[in-house]
Amino acid sequence: MSKHKITAIINARILNPATETDTHGGVLIQDGKILDWGKDITEGNLPEGAKVIDAEGNCLAPGLVDAHAYVCEPGKEHRETLKTAGEAAAAGGVTTINAFPQTEPVIDDPSLVELMARRARKTCDVKVVVTGALTKGLEGLEMAELGLLAEAGVVAFSDGQKAIGDANLMRRALAYATMFDRPIITHAEDPTIAGDGVMTAGKIATIMGLKYIPTCAEAIHVERDIRLSEMTGAHWHAAHLSTGDALNTIRRAKDQQINVTAGTAPHYHALNDMEVGEYRTYARVSPPLRVEEDRLEVVEALKDGTIDVISSQHLPQSADSKRLPFAQAKPGVIGLETMLPVSLRLYHNGEMDLLSLLRTMTVAPAKLLGIEAGEIKKGADADLCLFDLGKPWKVVSTELKSKSKNTAFDGHLLQGRVTRTIVHGKTVFKR
Amino acid sequence: MTQHLETSFDHRHLLDIARLKAGDIKTILDLADTYVDKSRAGDKKTSLLRGRTQINLFFENSTRTRTSFELAGKRLGADVINMSVSTSSVKKGETLIDTAMTLNAMHPDILVIRHSESGAPHLLSQKVDCAVLNAGDGSHEHPTQALLDAQTIRNRKGRLEGLTVAICGDILHSRVARSNIALLNIMGARVRIVGPTTLIPSNAKALGVEVSHSMEDGLKDVDIVMMLRLQTERMQGAYVPSVREYFNFFGLDKKKLSVAKKDALIMHPGPMNRGVEIDSELADDLHISLISEQVEMGVAVRMACLDLLTRGDRA
Repeated sequence: MSKHKITAIINARILNPATETDTHGGVLIQDGKILDWGKDITEGNLPEGAKVIDAEGNCLAPGLVDAHAYVCEPGKEHRETLKTAGEAAAAGGVTTINAFPQTEPVIDDPSLVELMARRARKTCDVKVVVTGALTKGLEGLEMAELGLLAEAGVVAFSDGQKAIGDANLMRRALAYATMFDRPIITHAEDPTIAGDGVMTAGKIATIMGLKYIPTCAEAIHVERDIRLSEMTGAHWHAAHLSTGDALNTIRRAKDQQINVTAGTAPHYHALNDMEVGEYRTYARVSPPLRVEEDRLEVVEALKDGTIDVISSQHLPQSADSKRLPFAQAKPGVIGLETMLPVSLRLYHNGEMDLLSLLRTMTVAPAKLLGIEAGEIKKGADADLCLFDLGKPWKVVSTELKSKSKNTAFDGHLLQGRVTRTIVHGKTVFKR
Repeated sequence: MTQHLETSFDHRHLLDIARLKAGDIKTILDLADTYVDKSRAGDKKTSLLRGRTQINLFFENSTRTRTSFELAGKRLGADVINMSVSTSSVKKGETLIDTAMTLNAMHPDILVIRHSESGAPHLLSQKVDCAVLNAGDGSHEHPTQALLDAQTIRNRKGRLEGLTVAICGDILHSRVARSNIALLNIMGARVRIVGPTTLIPSNAKALGVEVSHSMEDGLKDVDIVMMLRLQTERMQGAYVPSVREYFNFFGLDKKKLSVAKKDALIMHPGPMNRGVEIDSELADDLHISLISEQVEMGVAVRMACLDLLTRGDRA
């Protein structure tokens, strides 16, 4: 035992959604694993020689699992790398990133999955799991080698920000994916209706003279895929829903026990289309920011569990690709570092309790991806995050760790900040 | 050779296996046994169907089936005419009937038809006065293939009843699979179908089979493994992502076969895609591969069918 040194985190408010635990206590870590945890772990009864970290009453939660992020490596390293994404994640309390295949080359070949895993182990402080392409080259024409990708270790299949327009292809892909027990994560937006729209339909788009996307583009796609999921039995997950219409459809499908789940991103529960203001391209995302009524519906769906997962939808874009007329600017915002603090708004506003909120960023995404994570559990890897729940701070884009600075929250005042992130028992971030 | 077997076989046409009874199938196979011997003899020819006209009407390309039917007819002494009709010129049922009426006016005794549309032989049989023999229609049935497969199995295993047979691959589009499932069920064998979810009909269990999506489960303790051909156009991302993925999960190799019974035998209706659905080494292994034997049985079974279907006319 003397060889295997123990670290003790004490004096923490432990928040473990998996066990519905919210208690004052501590965690013992040995060899990168959780040796024990709970309210009985206090300063008075620690194993001899344990290294002590005093949490000073701050919250101690499982490390967050970000079910949807673009790390841009390989191929787009000018925007982000596994290393910088890892630093941003660590600063945001995220200990597992699910990397999406929108890379160059696209991750539609098993050998690339291995390459990603190897590079991540070498350069990235947090854990990285990989989502494989659903179609070859993300072109939406032919199924990718889902079976070989699954054998290589991908946790899900997705075409990222590209919707699958061909319903029959989706049908076959869903049927095929059932053999490998992986979810298909979908950008749910009918591409023919969305066209080249850049904003949500509403007063603001009309005044600004921007091409808009009707909200039904989302609902139609969701409705279509729910029916295909029902027919094939496949697990279908909506990556980031943003409209009341689509959420009602999900609600109904869940009532009918259809195997569908839903996610959203912090900007959809925290922002609305007003954010675009004077053609602010940093507020251009896909699907677009919606009107206030829809934002409220997203909050409601988080509260009643219709939305299972909050993920960052972290999509780094270079300044050049945002310094353009609104419609020409690339969509996407970074979010690894701000996912938790922005989402804590829902707690501070009294919309959600802490455990329910944390569930959407820990056990729920871990369950979606079928990975062992998001839970404080004896014997599990010690992936943890400590955060100061009430700490006020102002987002300054240039201070964020991500290589690209395209945050939608520049200048926003947030409450709650990560103070320490631990991966495999090792502190990878400390403030 | 004149056969006077006691038989209850009273079918005018052979359109599908589904409407045959166990006795009918046994009659065909028993008779085919005698034609196997005849085909192995130096003088292979009989005059049983002398003066009779057999037209092979092929709307779909085929070499082996057409040759097999041609040989069967010729060995029985019939005059055999091959007609290949390109599918593009015959697209509508109406035209098929026109063709049928034209041929009918020439007084054939047997029409052997292959067509890309399911049900085409049924339609034809309603319009002509002679016996119609289905040589494969769309994704519906290929009855003589199932009969020759049954003949091959019976030769090697001595029976059909009680055997477990796995049919693997593209079940969705396969007429061979449908005929074999029907025949094996009628004869009391246990059938398992194995293939990717995209190539198995969603309600396959209604066919009276067990369904599996893994070769490891599907081949466990089987007596016979029947591999099906995967059409190349179905390998490119529509039903199956790629050849290498298909071979990895559903291609038959020694390792996958190892969970089957020790004396398990493998079959394939041909033509094979080596390295796609079957490992070359395995296909050529004479101890376990029945592929050549299937071809031999094909001629004998078709002779038996031609014989039986024309008995009414010859009586």
